[in-house]
Amino acid sequence: MHRPAGNPPQFALVDVNNFYVSCERAFNPRLAGVPVVVLSNNDGCAVSRSSEAKQLGAKMAAPWFQMQDLARRHGIVALSSNYALYGDMSNRVVSILQGFTPDIEVYSIDESFLRVEHLQQLYRSRSALGQEIRQRIAQWTGLPVCAGFGTTKTLAKLANHLAKTDPALDGVCDLSAMDDMARQGAMEKLGVNAVWGVGRRLAARLESLGIRTAWDLANADPARARQRFGVVLERTVHELQGISCLELDDLAAPRQQVMATRSFGTEVSSLAALREAVAWHVDSGATRLRAQGSVAGAVYVFIQGNRFRPTGPQGHAGHAGTMVPLEQPSDDNRALTTAAWAGLQRIHRAGCAYKKCGVMLVDISARQQRQATLFSTAAGRSQSEKLMAAMDAINHTWGRGTLRTAAAGLSQQAQWAMLSEHRSPRYTTRWDELPVVK
Amino acid sequence: MPLLLPLAAHRVPAGFPSPATDYLEDGLDLNAYLVQHPAATFLFSVQGHSMQGAGIMDGDKVVVDRSITPRHGHIVIAVVAREYTLKRLHHSAQRIELHPENPDFQPIRLTPGQQLEIWGVVVGAVRRYRV
Repeated sequence: MHRPAGNPPQFALVDVNNFYVSCERAFNPRLAGVPVVVLSNNDGCAVSRSSEAKQLGAKMAAPWFQMQDLARRHGIVALSSNYALYGDMSNRVVSILQGFTPDIEVYSIDESFLRVEHLQQLYRSRSALGQEIRQRIAQWTGLPVCAGFGTTKTLAKLANHLAKTDPALDGVCDLSAMDDMARQGAMEKLGVNAVWGVGRRLAARLESLGIRTAWDLANADPARARQRFGVVLERTVHELQGISCLELDDLAAPRQQVMATRSFGTEVSSLAALREAVAWHVDSGATRLRAQGSVAGAVYVFIQGNRFRPTGPQGHAGHAGTMVPLEQPSDDNRALTTAAWAGLQRIHRAGCAYKKCGVMLVDISARQQRQATLFSTAAGRSQSEKLMAAMDAINHTWGRGTLRTAAAGLSQQAQWAMLSEHRSPRYTTRWDELPVVK
Repeated sequence: MPLLLPLAAHRVPAGFPSPATDYLEDGLDLNAYLVQHPAATFLFSVQGHSMQGAGIMDGDKVVVDRSITPRHGHIVIAVVAREYTLKRLHHSAQRIELHPENPDFQPIRLTPGQQLEIWGVVVGAVRRYRV
């Protein structure tokens, strides 16, 4: 895209704090100040925790049954995942961000990257822009967000981390506005594992080489980083040094959610074409999911209008998405496609032109941890595993997409029966579950 | 999903047909009528009769727009003692009160130091009749 020369790139990363818990709190005043955790599909383990729950020692991804004692002692409220609500709230946040700039990349269900250098004249400073974003999202949705700014995506992500962990920053951190001393001081305080794309294992290897902090990594030799660890880490070093290597929509570090998205060559409006694209993305996401031995608990599907022309003839908001929970966690293309299509059906609007669509597989857990539900049979599952393994083998040999699910004749109105004992009402998507006011 | 009710423009009974007569209007979209800021708009289901005088009945759905800054005279969803309440906001220099519009109910007066959270401003109400 054309940008006026002389404006160095500035990125923002905006994300919702404790997203699932914050969605629950937005609608339930009784949860304010109370320790809350949200459990994964089928109530397996905690996937989102309020700050109070974190302080009490509720661990992320810890199996819930191991925490029940702690919960009883401290009155921790545990809720089942309410994906319909989270998907709807996620859309609202993206729509609000699109009101600031159409240059936006939805990075995960609760994080978006923005290009903001062209907004600078409109605000006193980037921090002022960050506060305005925080204020508007809080007022419009009730969700707390943090914003980090930097000259690269990696620095924006790091700034966001600082904004979240240092209360003095009031939820906004602009690394680009800091002088060199201050930036060094901030980056020295962050462990190398706080850097985007540096996982636990890589962090351990770096630490053994004496690279302990984000600042250490920023001062590493990119060529040596490439030699020892590959191009991805070389890019990370460059980005930490302020050399932007990743544009919006460039795929980089692995994500917690498995995401597949692509812009269309030309605008697409027919449901049939979108279904095909969505199925393609599911295939690609599911392949990665199986490669890492995981299953997903829910599927988020979204479609976007032309981000350079945000308002369509019907006043299309530019972004629509929905989250569909699976009956049981799965890595099976067929189950995932059925869910994605059901979601697509719900958000597609006839006559709107779409520029982009994407699929995100969320609530990822290791395959072994998967809990059996009432209706699953061991035989059925192993059949599915064999089929998917055969499919992956053929696609590996003959190229991606050689063998795909026919993805046809599936029921659109599948009833999603989740084990969700403590799920809150679907406040924003069901007439019979609206919040009640007296 | 938007509800579009296509309306054919009325024919002019005499004279030359207007070029516009065959043109199908866009229709009326109830969402557009009720919702100014989709990202900030939520629906609540009303229980009880405290706002009867304002024409809001038991079972009505109220449209709440959080992007609007609450002012004196707005009908609001407030949070009092961790419960939602639907009342009219009275804001004077001396005090803030929440007024019901039904003589059977008492206004809610905030004591000094008591926090009032306004969840959102009510911008509309919808009701369906059994037919």
